[in-house]
Amino acid sequence: MRQVMSETELGRVTRRIAHEIVERNHGTENIVLVGILTRGKPFAERIAKVLSEIEGRPVLPGSLDIGMYRDDLDTRPKTRIGPTNIPESIDGRTVILADDVLFTGRTIRAALDALTDLGRPGAVQLAVVVDRGHRQLPIRADFVGKNIPTAAAERVSVRFEEIDGADGVWIDAGVEE
Amino acid sequence: MHDLVLVGGSVLTDAGLRTTDVAVTDGRVTAIGRELGESREIVECSGAWVGPGFVDLHTHLRDPGHEWREDIGSGSAAAAAGGYTALVAMPNTDPPIDAGHLALRISDEARRVGKVAVVSAGCLTMGRGGERMAHLDDLWSAGVRLFTDDGDSLQNVAVLRSVMEYVAQLGGVVSQHALDADLSGAGFMHEGSVSSRLGIYGIPRQADDIVIARDIAIMRMTGVRYHVQHLSTAGGVALVAAAKAEGLPITAEVTPHHLMFDHTAVMSTDSNFKMMPPLREESDREALVEGLRSGVIDAVATDHAPQSAVEKDVPFEHALNGVIGLEWAASVVNGVVSLDQDVFFDRMSITPAAIAGFTDHGRAVAVGAEANLVVFDPNVRWTPTSTRSRSRNAPYLGRELTGRVEVTILGGAITYGGEL
Amino acid sequence: MNHLLTMENLDRGTLESLLDEADDFAEVLTRPIPKVPALRGKTVATMFFEPSTRTRMSFEKAAKALSADTVSFSPGTSALSKGESLKDTVLTVRAMGVDLMIVRHQATGAPWRIAEWLDIPIINGGDGAHQHPTQALLDCLTIRQRFGSLDGLTIAIVGDVKHSRVARSDIFAMTALGAKVILVGPSTLLPLDPEAWPVTVTSNLDEVLDAVDVVYLLRVQTERGGASVFPSLAEYAVKYGMNTERLARLRPDAVVMHPGPMNRGVEIGYDVADDDRSLVLQQVTNGIAVRMAVLFRLIGGEQDA
Repeated sequence: MRQVMSETELGRVTRRIAHEIVERNHGTENIVLVGILTRGKPFAERIAKVLSEIEGRPVLPGSLDIGMYRDDLDTRPKTRIGPTNIPESIDGRTVILADDVLFTGRTIRAALDALTDLGRPGAVQLAVVVDRGHRQLPIRADFVGKNIPTAAAERVSVRFEEIDGADGVWIDAGVEE
Repeated sequence: MHDLVLVGGSVLTDAGLRTTDVAVTDGRVTAIGRELGESREIVECSGAWVGPGFVDLHTHLRDPGHEWREDIGSGSAAAAAGGYTALVAMPNTDPPIDAGHLALRISDEARRVGKVAVVSAGCLTMGRGGERMAHLDDLWSAGVRLFTDDGDSLQNVAVLRSVMEYVAQLGGVVSQHALDADLSGAGFMHEGSVSSRLGIYGIPRQADDIVIARDIAIMRMTGVRYHVQHLSTAGGVALVAAAKAEGLPITAEVTPHHLMFDHTAVMSTDSNFKMMPPLREESDREALVEGLRSGVIDAVATDHAPQSAVEKDVPFEHALNGVIGLEWAASVVNGVVSLDQDVFFDRMSITPAAIAGFTDHGRAVAVGAEANLVVFDPNVRWTPTSTRSRSRNAPYLGRELTGRVEVTILGGAITYGGEL
Repeated sequence: MNHLLTMENLDRGTLESLLDEADDFAEVLTRPIPKVPALRGKTVATMFFEPSTRTRMSFEKAAKALSADTVSFSPGTSALSKGESLKDTVLTVRAMGVDLMIVRHQATGAPWRIAEWLDIPIINGGDGAHQHPTQALLDCLTIRQRFGSLDGLTIAIVGDVKHSRVARSDIFAMTALGAKVILVGPSTLLPLDPEAWPVTVTSNLDEVLDAVDVVYLLRVQTERGGASVFPSLAEYAVKYGMNTERLARLRPDAVVMHPGPMNRGVEIGYDVADDDRSLVLQQVTNGIAVRMAVLFRLIGGEQDA
């Protein structure tokens, strides 16, 4: 397992993405920040913290559980559904979906379905820490911390202090799942 | 040249138990002893018991009227496979056997089938309705000796008294399915911890006991010979014991299923454990076993009650009552009660024949007597998986039993086993 | 877990995980579109051989909130009235491509028979006076939401326990989760073998009022098994009815529950059902979340080996 992004780098790309969000959206008034469970949530929270500092107004991050929306429910081990908690209405707003790794795109597809059941956003944008390629659906990220080309069998793990006890990104040479 | 010789079995003879050979010719026992000479057929019996064919006091042949469950042909085949040479058919058919010609037809048809001698019981009341006396004289003339409204208990005591007086004068036996209709009420099983757990309405033991106690009181008024069907409770056994001690002409039977199972079997809600009276508790079962051993209970009776899959493969409460048992009764009794050979044949053959009035059955093996015999191996372990009955409502299928009927002989002819 | 048939053999861990998941699904039900596609493409059949609008509606709502298709069977309009056997009926419905059956039947054990006949998960939606497992789960969820846990709580189940599938399920679930259960009622309505149950019994409601956290009232019926089991509804109400006077004597945080349908003025006072301390409607709401959790457990996601 090798580290490809340090704690410092993770902090740096988070701040960069926050600035890009402000720039692209002309501020934060119209955005709703939503982290996809599990590791999109701390990522969204960190972006929100930076956004609050930049704009001087609080941005409340939400969380989105997409477990029930997966297209591979029948073949995955059962996990508990997590809390979907979005503090504001998403109708007409720009939703920034935050996730740790963009891979096949299926998670984002499920998240878009889940959002649709919550309301009708004006636009949806996607922020990820790592884009590792291997897309299976026509989905791309609007904000990317780092593009890391990988082999399909490799495992990319983005870790956050509050969940994993450390910040950073690692790649595991990978065993076939 | 003998027709048949049974070689080397432990034979219950009129002179006691002997390990010997039995020769049969022209339907009768012609010799008992060793080295009896040539025979057309030889049955090796070493290690097995030889004695009079079993006699069942309580078979539902379902014929006429319910032939989808059983008929005289299939019931006779099952009886022969169970070692029976004679049985009493219950009269709760359609129409019920409340007149002589109905009873005669059953005996005649069984004779034509030729596997087991059958005499029908007669109803106590017309149509088993519990009100008007059945054609008791007519039934008696047709050979009926046992009278019952089985399936139901005769509830009206005034009617019962009258019927008992009449049957007493004929010399017959009144036989009662003892169960109080009100107290059994909406019940489907024994009232106890299992019914409580399952939320199924229960039938308390007292539903049986109060009818037995009542009937004993009427016995004293009428002097009738009285037979209690399928005892299920320790209280019932005690009532019969007390009446016997008093010198009353009372007899009683117990079924194989009440000897083998108790109400905990119903936890499965398997309808093959649904019957009337219901399976009761272990303490009752022990009292029944002890009663059969001591002779307070005179006879084993199968209450062979075929019900079709349509009637049994339904939720417990919706299933009809009853289980079949002719083919395995002897095995169950042998395995559960382990009686000595002479006592075993007494309860399975000799006493039930005496109660039912069969003169050519239930007699110790004797030269000159009609050859109605059974060869039973008390030690073999086996697991029944099929039945000759039309119905399969048997709790014994797939269950290991100890002891097996090897050969059944009716009137000198092999009706089951042997070279067949 | 292949079926949900009874509360008798469920351990505490299984019960708690089902309740945890039910809490998660309760959140789903508060979303603008209270629906997730977890069971999309699955078909759930409600087979109610005994009429029950409420329980059927609750199961159907739960199935639909998981995006399952539902088909329903009721005896009045079916071939059952033309003499079709139970076995043929369920085999027929199974052959239509049903993935799970919810069975309500007046006979004890019917869901077990159906589970033997079919190769799909069966949920017991109430059999005879035997078991009603999802009712017990929703009751426990409601109590847990109010008190945080059932551990150490004292729950009085009042009324016709003897003929109640609700009580038979609740007793096992509540005690498995750490509560103490007291059965209250006349002896004609209590189990004949209380010593065999994990409960204490009393015929005096008033003597336990100040000791209980939950008063769980059962629906009263006057005739049972052809015999009358108490003198009159009026006398029952006086002795066992939860009226405002009795409500006032409960501990301040104690609550009143009822599985419905209620006989107001008999087992529950006219005003008591609407009191803040009545959780009756919360029970109904929780019924959907609990049934979603059970459906998802049985046919959602990868199945247990």
